[in-house]
Amino acid sequence: MDKDLKIIVVEEDRDRAIDIIDGLRDSGWSDVTVIGETTSLARKLAESEPDLVLIDLANPSRDMLENLSAASGARNRPVAMFVDHSDLEMTRAAMRAGLSAYVVDGLAKDRIKPVLETAIARFQVVSQMRTELDAAKQALSDRKTIDRAKGLLMRAKGVSENEAYQVLRKTAMDQGRRLIDVAEALVTASELLG
Amino acid sequence: MRAVLNCGYVPLVDAAPLVIAHELNFAAEEGIALNLLSQPSWSAVRDLLAHGQLDAAHILAPLPIAMSLGMGATTIQTDALMVLSANGNVIGVSLSLAEAMRSGHWSGRFDTPRETGNALIKACGGRLRIGVPFPHSMHTELFCYWLGVLGMNNASGLEIHTVPPHMMARAISEGEIDAFCVGEPWGSIAVEEGVAELVLPGRAIWGFAPEKVLGTRRDWINAHPEQARALVRAIYRATQWLENKENLPLASEVLARSEFLAVPEPVINRALSGQLTMRPGADDCHVPDFLRFHANAANFPWRSQAAWIGSRMAARLGMDPGSTIKTARGCFRSDLYREYLADLAPNLPLTSDKVEGAMSVATPVATTKGELILGPDCFFDGTKFDMSTDGR
Repeated sequence: MDKDLKIIVVEEDRDRAIDIIDGLRDSGWSDVTVIGETTSLARKLAESEPDLVLIDLANPSRDMLENLSAASGARNRPVAMFVDHSDLEMTRAAMRAGLSAYVVDGLAKDRIKPVLETAIARFQVVSQMRTELDAAKQALSDRKTIDRAKGLLMRAKGVSENEAYQVLRKTAMDQGRRLIDVAEALVTASELLG
Repeated sequence: MRAVLNCGYVPLVDAAPLVIAHELNFAAEEGIALNLLSQPSWSAVRDLLAHGQLDAAHILAPLPIAMSLGMGATTIQTDALMVLSANGNVIGVSLSLAEAMRSGHWSGRFDTPRETGNALIKACGGRLRIGVPFPHSMHTELFCYWLGVLGMNNASGLEIHTVPPHMMARAISEGEIDAFCVGEPWGSIAVEEGVAELVLPGRAIWGFAPEKVLGTRRDWINAHPEQARALVRAIYRATQWLENKENLPLASEVLARSEFLAVPEPVINRALSGQLTMRPGADDCHVPDFLRFHANAANFPWRSQAAWIGSRMAARLGMDPGSTIKTARGCFRSDLYREYLADLAPNLPLTSDKVEGAMSVATPVATTKGELILGPDCFFDGTKFDMSTDGR
């Protein structure tokens, strides 16, 4: 099989990058490079002229690649997004794994497919689930902290819950801080003094 | 058992209609539940919507048109069921560029698009790298329109770079871009971090520009007409709630939470109240209609707005204007909007087209049951876009 492809993996997490590269090299692709720092990503990619770019679906720098495809008319090495309808099952598997791939226009599908199959196996579903879980946990802990701060104010100042909330709000607005930050400061202070 | 709809959004102040529809139970009252999923990039929203992981999303007004035209990736017929917000973007420049503009006798005003644009063109010295959140966006269209009228385009040194909204401050501080056009709060965050100055609100270029829309796949609408109806109604009621000034403190508190924007409330409040700070320490600058969620028929998906976007995309990217405009118009579903909201929004316009840019002041127009105030919606150069002549 033809494994003479220049592949770039955009991944900031070093361990994960090594894992993906090892997977691809073990399967026979030797020209694999990692870009770990996404500053000036578009420029770096244009300079290295890859055939295929693999990037986490959840990587915010991904949008910088869209630039390349939008401006493809002006470039020698146009890049287009791979995920399309020609292979729905493969596309869905890639998305479930949190993988998106950009390929040089005109690169044959049968050359891309085995790379993607290998990469999908290495990209992990967990990373996406992890971020969603983190956000939910954070939201819950925000609310608990605000409730505790309200409770402290109600006891200390003998005010109603609504009044306590207004005090927190006003302080946050006056100081240009988030409500949760003010609440956290109050809870921390009371723990120190308590 | 209520249907659960997976709804994507990008953390921005103008995601408020979806967030409020969920948090204040408008969705529940319409019999649906929203599973709000924050997305790191517009390409992620597009792909998840295209492949069914998202049922609906807060998306850039030109994006359903680009998806339906098959630009960037796959051709997926995607529609805008309603407009979620009008205006709300800001244009900012690096500190050194702002300084160069001032030494070229720029007055430093926030409401002078022609003077500010000319100062910017003069100060940039023939090369201007501008950051926008996505190639297919109102940011791109408005910025290119603005500088295009004043004589600068990509043939004369304008470079468009894609930078995700929350990374705009970093990109300008690291010198990757000279200027940006971005949705709030990210322009104000760049000001707070002391790396950029705001020079123009987007609304100074076009007074009433559709900014974000509710995007869904057409096959999803056809398969779930009742859910689509409930979703539009819930969001419509949320935008009505957002239009009431008394509700804005609560709105900014909800948006500031870690699970949504995770930025300080006072910064979010700037966009909601239209009180912008151009540079650190400067007095607030009030911008009328800085960001509108509901009033003046802001939610109505005018086919003429879609046609304007289509005509600009066609001109910028060298596509056939006739077929591009036709596809664009078909994406803005004023037909479904009328059907879904017949009883909730009794004042619907009589036509789904208007002459864009025709109203220099708020103007009453006849509707199905009385009258409705529209506008002002002027373009900064006084151009009027008339479907009956420009769209053919």
